[in-house]
Amino acid sequence: MTVVQVTDLVKRYKNAAALDGVSLTLQENVIYGLLGRNGAGKTTLMSILTAQNFATSGEVSVFGENPYENSRVLGRICFVRESQRYPDDARPVHAFRMAAMFFPHWNQDLADELIDAFQLPMKTRIKKLSRGQLSAVGVIIGLASRAELTFFDEPYLGLDAVARQIFYDRLLADYAEHPRTIVLSSHLIDEVADLIERVIVIDRGRIILDEETDAVRGRASTIIGDAVAVDAFTAGREVLHRESLGRVASATLLGELDTQDRAQLAASGLEVGAVSLQQLIVRLTQHDAESSVAASAAATTPAEGARR
Amino acid sequence: MIDEGRALFVQIAESVEDSIVDGSLPEDTRAPSTNELAAFYRINPATAAKGVNMLVEKGVLVKRRGIGMFVAAGARESLRAERRAAFAARFIQPLLAEAHTLGLSADELAAMVRDQAAAHPTSTPEGGAR
Repeated sequence: MTVVQVTDLVKRYKNAAALDGVSLTLQENVIYGLLGRNGAGKTTLMSILTAQNFATSGEVSVFGENPYENSRVLGRICFVRESQRYPDDARPVHAFRMAAMFFPHWNQDLADELIDAFQLPMKTRIKKLSRGQLSAVGVIIGLASRAELTFFDEPYLGLDAVARQIFYDRLLADYAEHPRTIVLSSHLIDEVADLIERVIVIDRGRIILDEETDAVRGRASTIIGDAVAVDAFTAGREVLHRESLGRVASATLLGELDTQDRAQLAASGLEVGAVSLQQLIVRLTQHDAESSVAASAAATTPAEGARR
Repeated sequence: MIDEGRALFVQIAESVEDSIVDGSLPEDTRAPSTNELAAFYRINPATAAKGVNMLVEKGVLVKRRGIGMFVAAGARESLRAERRAAFAARFIQPLLAEAHTLGLSADELAAMVRDQAAAHPTSTPEGGAR
């Protein structure tokens, strides 16, 4: 079932387009990774989907309805913002009590377990909490609300590695028992790569990748070896990045390698390295002169069977 | 243990196959569930499910209604046969390529293999229980 349908969404601030014609579909019970650089449009997109911001143009439908001032829809959505504001004198216990009233599927046992796991002080004012403890408040609300559609916008700020692992483990465990649609926006791509079923990459207000995460694995490879042999192999292929050190070159290629390619690589004495999701996204979203360097480098003369 | 360059669901399926081949997951016993695999490897349950489904389609696992996945009868032998068939391409060819770069002949390589086998007698020809 389709949970979110976005068609040609545009959000323009004074002179800049934060979202520039975004169309996407979110399906029920899938964990999505919404990835991209700072300012790419991730938070803008999520805030429009949760009716906290207005679109300049385009269509947004959540659970088949327009989300604006629509309590039927908003009760089914939880948006954990990176910079959530709370009333000045609020303590975590108040924030959780509010959440319990707002979210129909709120689970207090799960909230209590998480409060324990994150060792969150319940009687300290939220204002006085550390950045990590503040993030823990958001993470606990996001998980315990068990909302049908949950957005986590960089939920890990200030959380140390142990606390982040607690978050990921609890997210997976609770999702396994109570499947729901989750959108995880993150910069820590390698940390979430195995958790997300689909990856959506947004770059300068446009969606540049929207695919099953597993299909993206193996999509790019790095070829390393004698520069002449590397250039021979990469000629005519899509090179995302190339660098060299003396006679050795390393090129990151887009496109799956088949058995024939691998045989050719082995015969030319070239090594193949895997490219992680994070590296691939860095390559896809870095904009500078490097792509033209790669294009010219790929045009060198072929040399079969280079020796090692 | 997860290798970046290959589809995760394939690696999950292979990890289950490994346990069947080495005998730690005997035939006719319950195989780990999708959620158990997801929690253990810290991966998305849908990905784990894809790996399990691949093994069901291959006939390595069978679904028993209401109780879960079980290792099919004959799974171990068929997996071993499959791996023997792939052995040359997976292990011997890279070995020969490296030996060639180092200037080792196939005969010298064979002698090294025999020496190693003699020095580490754990690798019995039956390759059964360890």
